[in-house]
Amino acid sequence: MDHVMDHVMDHVMDHVMDHVMALDPVLLARLQFAFTVSFHIIFPTFTIGIAIYLATLEVLWGWTGVERYKRLATFWTKIFAVSFAMGVVSGVVLSYQFGTNWSRFSAVAGNVVGPLIGYEVLTAFFLEASFLSVLLFGGERVPRWLHVFSGVMVAFGTTLSAFWILSANSWMQTPAGYTMNEGIAYPADWWAIIFNPSFPYRLAHMLNASLLTGGFVGIAVGARYLLTDRHVEEARTMLRMAIALTAVLAPLQLIIGDLHAENTLKYQPTKIAAMEAHWDGSKPAPFEFFAWPDEQTESNLYSISIPHIASLLVTRQWDGLFPGLKDVPPQDRPPLPNVFFGFRIMVAIGLYMIAAAWFGTWLLWRGRLFETRWYLHVVAQTWWVGFVAVISGWVVTESGRQPWIVQGILRAADAVSPVPGGSIATTLILFILVYGVVFSFGIYFINRLIARGIQEIALPQHPPRLASGHPTLEPQNAPGHSL
Amino acid sequence: MTLATTSALDITALLPLIWAALIGVAVAFYVVLDGFDLGIGMLFPFAKDDAERDRMLASIAPYWDGNETWLVLGGGGLLVAFPRAYSIIMPAFYLPLMIMLLALVFRGVTFEFRAIAQRKPLWNAVFAGGSTLAGLCQGFVLGGLVQGVKIDNSAYAGGPFDWATPFGLLCGLGVVAGYALLGATWLMLKTDGDMAVRAAAKAKVLLIAVLVFMAAVSIYTPLAFPRIAQRWLTMPNLIYLAPVPIVTALVAFAQWRWIEARREVAPFLATIALFLLGYLGLVISTFPYIVPPTLTVHDAAAAPSSQMFMLIGTLVLLPLIFGYTALTYWLFRGKVREGAAYH
Repeated sequence: MDHVMDHVMDHVMDHVMDHVMALDPVLLARLQFAFTVSFHIIFPTFTIGIAIYLATLEVLWGWTGVERYKRLATFWTKIFAVSFAMGVVSGVVLSYQFGTNWSRFSAVAGNVVGPLIGYEVLTAFFLEASFLSVLLFGGERVPRWLHVFSGVMVAFGTTLSAFWILSANSWMQTPAGYTMNEGIAYPADWWAIIFNPSFPYRLAHMLNASLLTGGFVGIAVGARYLLTDRHVEEARTMLRMAIALTAVLAPLQLIIGDLHAENTLKYQPTKIAAMEAHWDGSKPAPFEFFAWPDEQTESNLYSISIPHIASLLVTRQWDGLFPGLKDVPPQDRPPLPNVFFGFRIMVAIGLYMIAAAWFGTWLLWRGRLFETRWYLHVVAQTWWVGFVAVISGWVVTESGRQPWIVQGILRAADAVSPVPGGSIATTLILFILVYGVVFSFGIYFINRLIARGIQEIALPQHPPRLASGHPTLEPQNAPGHSL
Repeated sequence: MTLATTSALDITALLPLIWAALIGVAVAFYVVLDGFDLGIGMLFPFAKDDAERDRMLASIAPYWDGNETWLVLGGGGLLVAFPRAYSIIMPAFYLPLMIMLLALVFRGVTFEFRAIAQRKPLWNAVFAGGSTLAGLCQGFVLGGLVQGVKIDNSAYAGGPFDWATPFGLLCGLGVVAGYALLGATWLMLKTDGDMAVRAAAKAKVLLIAVLVFMAAVSIYTPLAFPRIAQRWLTMPNLIYLAPVPIVTALVAFAQWRWIEARREVAPFLATIALFLLGYLGLVISTFPYIVPPTLTVHDAAAAPSSQMFMLIGTLVLLPLIFGYTALTYWLFRGKVREGAAYH
């Protein structure tokens, strides 16, 4: 493996550091955007899943009047609020980066992509912001139905937001419903633009990923409480709900992912070739468990593979053929390691999710879930799997589209803003520092909220002091052990 | 479609103007709404103690997120309706915009973080610093736009620091003073007792500062930019436009009296009026240019079908947005009292 690492380091040194040192604006703009968008996607992923969970709890509480649901809803609302705030501030950054980093993209694709983002702001952002206020601060000021309704509206808003931004992203992957005139894209058919070929698959895949991510955080928090004998009733409810949900959604995600890949094969075959590190389109493809796809020799080094399996998975036929990387010239190929390894990490996590959810369901069915401590110990540690899978998946689809920023229309190298590399490098460093600090505090504070526990927040023992609209409660349990 | 074709030409010609007006309104909403909550941050270091700061934050906590969404609408609206202007303005103001966004990240997360944190002074400083820096950067962008942006071959052709001029700094400090005045008069509206008295004292100082900055910009711009002198100081514009400075002076005079009389609502409304008058003055100075001194709203407009598609949605959705924005302001109306739990 040392050999492999040397090779990886050579690759990084050769291709990336040279450009960074030369302050190449294209690469720096890409690095900066990749960093800010990866950071941002963590929070919407979580908040979409948790918002739907919160809405469910609010409705259950409104319906049954069982206090446990209310306590759970209040507890998760606090965590939701911290995550939502980080999502908002990192999202505002992105709405400006389309122009600061990719001004040529804005000029070329603005007629098409602009309105999709405009509709996101108008339909989703104001809705979320207004009803989140009611959810967070409205407790005693509004009737119960309005509180429940606000929970549903916040969940609806986050989903709408995903709808529009994924439509815009999908259009960049599989553009449709437009005409080109003097290098500028003009809309011809809005229906075809919004519901472009890859959009339904990408939307389903992402919404399901959000629910799975939230589900595995819920499982981890529930398991953590059970292991420390706290909030046993709530923890059991949390675990039951989350395990039942993920047992259905984790295998569903595999099916959606497979359909998504079928769609990608039709519209972006080079991306599939990169995902499978498949060079020669005239031969059936093996499935590579591990390999280093080498751009110089156009072959896979250190390969561990099973013949024909990739052909079987991609084309459903043992001897099936699909286009290889050599079918396009080197300058039209995506950065292979990102796509190849991103795909493997995502799939590995997907398989873990299925295994964990199904085994949990089996334990639940046998009535042993709450006593099987080794299982609880494992799932208490895997709260992060959804986040890593989502980022890996986005790396696959975004790197896999390269060198295009809009597939077939505009290359990333032609889309960059006329901003000197030094400015981008400076702000990239600032972003890394600021986001590093904000992220560390965010994780720390979410852990504090989890360590404080459920009842203490929902049913305060002493009158809360006023602070930022939240009752400030000193932690009654020592803050400490992290997720 | 056949019915629409006859009038399509007229609407197509009007679309850029309609969109310029809509974005102008969005920016005005942003400046006034996020202005008062950024202003609260600027006043943070001058608060008496942490209890007072708690009250200041509680007075804006339900609103800040919605307020900041107008900034996204302003930026997003520019991309939607005037992609060519967006693709020039964003690179031109790359550094101040990026720093503004980073400052907004810091101050935005403070609302949640400070409530959980035990070390309040750290987050007090972050909130004050982030709010002030964001306002300062917005002023630099404003000043940079007024003084003009260098364009070549429909792309930004200037340097990374073109915005960093004394005039930019003047505008930056003016915006900070203005936001702080909005914040102080907001506190007169939302608090009572000693805290409202202290807010009134701050408002008086800030009003004088704002008027000084407004006067400085009004005197400097016609001297430095012939196109602005041309707009204001030639006949018959001189007569038609005279009401703008006269009304501004009257509002400022009335506001001083209202602050002295410790009125609750009037000083805040008067600050809004001052902002809108200043804004109107800048629009008069620059119209029809969206990127002075070369790109007009017509040059920069998106494809008519894009502007139309978005306009239909906007006309349906804006009343809804006003509806639930009004709902939150109505739900959380009234004074934020000392020590009272907010929910």
